[in-house]
Amino acid sequence: MNNPEPLVDLAQERPQVPAQARNLSPIVPRASIAGRALVAVVAIMTFLASITTGAVLLVSASAAEWQSDVASEITVQVRPQNGRDLERDVAAVTDAMRKQIGIIDVKPFTKDESAGLLEPWLGSGLSLDDLPVPRVIVARLQPGTAPDLTALRGRVVQVAPSASVDDHRAWIERMRTMSNATVAAGVGILALVIIATIISVSFATRGAMAANRPIVEVLHFVGAADGWIANRFFRHFLLLGLEGGLIGGGGAMLFFGFSESIAGWFSGTPVGDQFTALLGTFSLRPSGYLVVAAQAVVIAAITAWASRRTLFATLDEIE
Amino acid sequence: MVRFENVGLRYGLGPEILRDLNFVIPPHSFQFLTGPSGAGKTSLLKLLFLSLRPTRGLVNLFGSDVSLLVKDEVADLRKRIGIVLQDFRLLDHMTTYENVALPFRVIGREESTYRKEVIDLLKWVGLGERMDALPPILSGGEKQRAAIARAVISRPQLLLADEPTGNVDPTLGRRLLRLFIELNKSGTAVIIATHDITLMDQYEARRLVLHQGRLHIYE
Repeated sequence: MNNPEPLVDLAQERPQVPAQARNLSPIVPRASIAGRALVAVVAIMTFLASITTGAVLLVSASAAEWQSDVASEITVQVRPQNGRDLERDVAAVTDAMRKQIGIIDVKPFTKDESAGLLEPWLGSGLSLDDLPVPRVIVARLQPGTAPDLTALRGRVVQVAPSASVDDHRAWIERMRTMSNATVAAGVGILALVIIATIISVSFATRGAMAANRPIVEVLHFVGAADGWIANRFFRHFLLLGLEGGLIGGGGAMLFFGFSESIAGWFSGTPVGDQFTALLGTFSLRPSGYLVVAAQAVVIAAITAWASRRTLFATLDEIE
Repeated sequence: MVRFENVGLRYGLGPEILRDLNFVIPPHSFQFLTGPSGAGKTSLLKLLFLSLRPTRGLVNLFGSDVSLLVKDEVADLRKRIGIVLQDFRLLDHMTTYENVALPFRVIGREESTYRKEVIDLLKWVGLGERMDALPPILSGGEKQRAAIARAVISRPQLLLADEPTGNVDPTLGRRLLRLFIELNKSGTAVIIATHDITLMDQYEARRLVLHQGRLHIYE
C-alpha cells in the first residue's frame, strides 16, 4: 500500500469568498405545504362555526328575553256568561288582583283595546257587542316574587266564575324546550365542524409530511430529535390555522355587524317583521363578538394541536 | 467506541444477511469496510448509524446498548456520528452552505457562531465558489463533497461513508480520501465502505471484509 500524498488545501484552487451573514432558508420549504387549501378549509370551518355560535347566542338571548317578559306577567281571561255583567266582572277581578301581594300593576284591556288585539284576524270596524269575546286583564309581577297562584285563582273565580288565570307556564316550558333544542343543535353543529376541521388538518399534515419525507430523513441523519422536527412543521400549521381562523372569524363578525342593516332592508315585509319579532334586531352583543373571536382562536389552536398529533404519529413511521 | 457481539440481521422473514458479527471499532481508528456487492455493507453501516436494529446479538455504541435506546437518545447519539450516503441526501431547497451547516442548526447554534467554520470547510473541500448554489445544479462530485462536508462539519466521533468515491474521478477520489485521513488524524474514527480496491491500496488501514454475511478482519 502507498503512503498518502501530503494533504493540500483544496481551496487554493478556487477563489476565496469572504464570510458574511446570511438569511437562512426555512428547514421546511413553505411551498411544500398545501397552505392555501388548508387556510381556506380552516376559514370556512371557522366561519360556519361562528355563524352557528352567533345564531345560537341570538336565539337563546331572544328566548331568555321572551321568557322573562312572559314570566313576569299573569293574564286573566274573563269570558262572557249569560246573566252576568262582563264589565262588572272585569272590575271585580281587577280589584281582587290589585289586592294580591306581588302584583305591581294590573291593566284591564278595554273593549276597544280587545278589538285592537283581534284586528289582524277579524279586520277593523269590529263591534264586540255582536261577539262573545273574552276580556283580558294583564298583571305585572314584582321581579323575584312568586305570588300564590292558587289563592289568586280562588279569589278570582269567587268574584267572576267564568274567569281563568294563566301564568304562561306551558308557554314558557315550550319556549325553554325550543331554546334548549336550538342550543343543543348549535353545539352539535359546532362539534361536527370541529371534527371536520381536525380531519381536514390531519390529512393536510399527513400530506405535507409525505411530501417532505426526504427532508425528515435527512434531519434524522444529522441528529434532529422528533420534537425539533415537529416544531419546524408545527409553526407552519399554527400560522395557517391562525390565518384561517382570522379570516373565518373576521368574516362572521362582519356578517353580524352588517346583519342589522340587512335586516333593516326587509323591515316592513311580513318575513322581516316575523324575523324581528323572533330575533329582535339580529345584532350580537359585544360579549357575542368576544365569544366568536375566542372561538376563532380555539379553532386555530385545534388546527395546531391536530397537526402536532399527526406530526408525531407520522415521525414515528419515518426512520 | 463500537462493539458488536454475535450480531445477526434479517429483513422480515428472509434469510439472515449478516451473521455472527463480532468486532470492535476503537476510537481514532481508520478502517475500510469492503466486500462484493450485496454482501451487506450498507446494512452494516445502517446498524452502526442506528437506522436498523439487529435481530439478534448486542450492539454497543458509545457505551450504550442500542436495544435499550429511546428515539430521543438515538437522535443524541446520531449527533456524534457523521454519515455520507451513496445518494448524498442533500436538501434541494437549501444552498450548499446551508446543507453543510444543517447539523449546527439542529443543535440550535446561532449562524454567526459557525459561519466562518462552514465557509472554511467549504473552501477546504473546494466548494468555496459554490456555497450559494442549490444542489440540483451541482455536479456529482460537488454533491459528494458537500455531503462529506456536512458529515464532518460537527467533528463527529465516528464517520461512516458509503462508497464516498463512487461518483467521482480517481483524482478527486484521492483528494476525498485525504480529507478522511485528515479528519481521522484529528480524532475521528472512520469507516469507509467501498469495493474500490484502488482506493484501499492508497492507504494502509484495517480492512473489514464482508463475505456471505460474515465479517473477516484484516488488521
